[in-house]
Amino acid sequence: MTSTAVEQRAPHAPAPSRNRRGVRRHGRATPYLFLLPYGVLFIGFMIVPAVYGIWISLHDYDYLLPKQPWVGLQNYTNLFSSSGRDTSDFWHSMEATGIFTVCSVPFLVVVPLAVALLLNRRFHGRTVFRAIFFTPYVLGVAVVGVLFRFLLDPNIGVVNSYLHHLGIHRNIPWTTQLPWAWVSLIGMTVWWTLGFNAIIYLAGLQDISPELYEAAEMDGATAWDKFRNVTLPGLRPVMLFVTTLTILASANMFGQAYLVTNGAPANQTRTAIMEIGTVGLRQYRQGAAAAMSYLLAIVLILISLINFRLFRTRGES
Amino acid sequence: MTEQAVADNSTVPDRAAGGGNPAGRPAGSTGGRVARRTVFWLVIAALTVIFVAPLLWMLVTSFKTPNAATNPNSSWLPHPVDTSSYHTLLHSGSMPVLRWFANSLIAGLANMVLIVAVDALAAYALARMEFVGRRLIFGTVVGTIFLPGFMFLVPNFLIVSKLGWLDSLWAIIVPSAGGAFGVFFLRQFFSTLPRELEEAAIIDGANQWRVFVRIVLPLSRPALATLAVLTFLTNWNDFLWPVFVLFTASNLTLPAGLSTLQNAATTNYPLIMAGAVIASVPVIILFILAQRQVIESVSRSGLKG
Repeated sequence: MTSTAVEQRAPHAPAPSRNRRGVRRHGRATPYLFLLPYGVLFIGFMIVPAVYGIWISLHDYDYLLPKQPWVGLQNYTNLFSSSGRDTSDFWHSMEATGIFTVCSVPFLVVVPLAVALLLNRRFHGRTVFRAIFFTPYVLGVAVVGVLFRFLLDPNIGVVNSYLHHLGIHRNIPWTTQLPWAWVSLIGMTVWWTLGFNAIIYLAGLQDISPELYEAAEMDGATAWDKFRNVTLPGLRPVMLFVTTLTILASANMFGQAYLVTNGAPANQTRTAIMEIGTVGLRQYRQGAAAAMSYLLAIVLILISLINFRLFRTRGES
Repeated sequence: MTEQAVADNSTVPDRAAGGGNPAGRPAGSTGGRVARRTVFWLVIAALTVIFVAPLLWMLVTSFKTPNAATNPNSSWLPHPVDTSSYHTLLHSGSMPVLRWFANSLIAGLANMVLIVAVDALAAYALARMEFVGRRLIFGTVVGTIFLPGFMFLVPNFLIVSKLGWLDSLWAIIVPSAGGAFGVFFLRQFFSTLPRELEEAAIIDGANQWRVFVRIVLPLSRPALATLAVLTFLTNWNDFLWPVFVLFTASNLTLPAGLSTLQNAATTNYPLIMAGAVIASVPVIILFILAQRQVIESVSRSGLKG
């Protein structure tokens, strides 16, 4: 590296614009100095915690106790033993996260696609509507959570009061009973994040060449034919991206359940992140919570890999 | 307008409509087209109501009395307009919303400045300089984008506690600056800049620092602004982390504060909605001002994937 740098610094070096690799007139330390401030933060709050988390999960780690003895894989095996302190709560929370992910992802993938197809037509005020549908997403989960807790209040909420006017004369327990609590959590998540996925789809739709549609029309394709044979194949990479992102986001669900149902009824909507937070940061049993985090992370990585495989094989066939 | 819209529409293939005609667009179906237009606008109108009505409900409720807010038969608009919820919040000792607002603003701005500054420096080195380990460093940084955030919850809690940052804004400002998104985002942008200007400046004897400050940063204003807006929005809205690392009422950010407000005020919904309005106004204004940058950065994210 040094020798090439010296060569380039030589007075008879060729004109810079000809040099494909660019002029490299910086000292050996310069790039590292540019990287230093971010590097400190990256190592301190990404690399160190990623490794430290594994170390914690191998200890009986209670940060209020003077000693944190090494326990090997016990925090992990405890989660699989029927006598483990957290076994039942943890797997129930994993089940809740699983139910939410499986039930919410289809809506979060399909409904925004329908909205994106609508927005992909040319009409007056299109950018305004695009912005309106995106607005809930910029508000954040805390605002959306307290708002829906109010709208869906079984006794005084406006949703039930409108249903009364429509002739449904019973108070639907939106936040307190199943399956209504799941309907609420999924519905509000669609409302909150629809704009985000719709905009990603919209960009994908606009990337599909209009010539493909023209060619299909010449062949006498119907609108449905065009959707199936041009739009869907053209969207495949974008759909993979949206689906993967949405699965991960749904598996990370926390704020909605924390604010709207608070895990009700009987902890059945208490998600894995709520469990990890409660055990690790409220009960201060960080060893167990770290083990839970890594277990959930492994499950998510596996699901992402399967998802990639699925989309790829479908793309090849 | 209708005519023009129809004309516009004919240039774009009709992808969403149900039925279609094998022979393209035959004449004489004007009636059908008008009907379809009507359905289209009805759907758009319905969607608009679905997205706007809850937000309006939040706003009008914040100006109602607690009794009016919980009476299912009360009117949409508050009468009389009652501003006591805002008075209560602004003068409350146990629910110091102004303090939360200030905390969120300070943390959001500090986090934004920190991230844009350190990420721009690192991204420039990764985009333009040659050095040992460049690929490895960039690969490692990008790789962490795919790690789920909850993995860091427990270890970062302990790291922050060892630094003495629990229950302080430092915990909200600093740790998220380790995130890789901004470095990746800016590196991609710097790579698209023409090299000629930088090279000319170096021939003229400028060092890398001057090239970066005088040439690269001014050329990158749009990308830096987009990253700044996205970073601020993310920090302002962050919920999971502040809920667990901030404890004292006066140290909370708005999202964590809203959660405690909800628990304390139980069914005093005008009070809770007033808090939600206060938390929403800055991001709505920011979104109106920076709408294009926000939406474009989201839409570009999919094309990479």
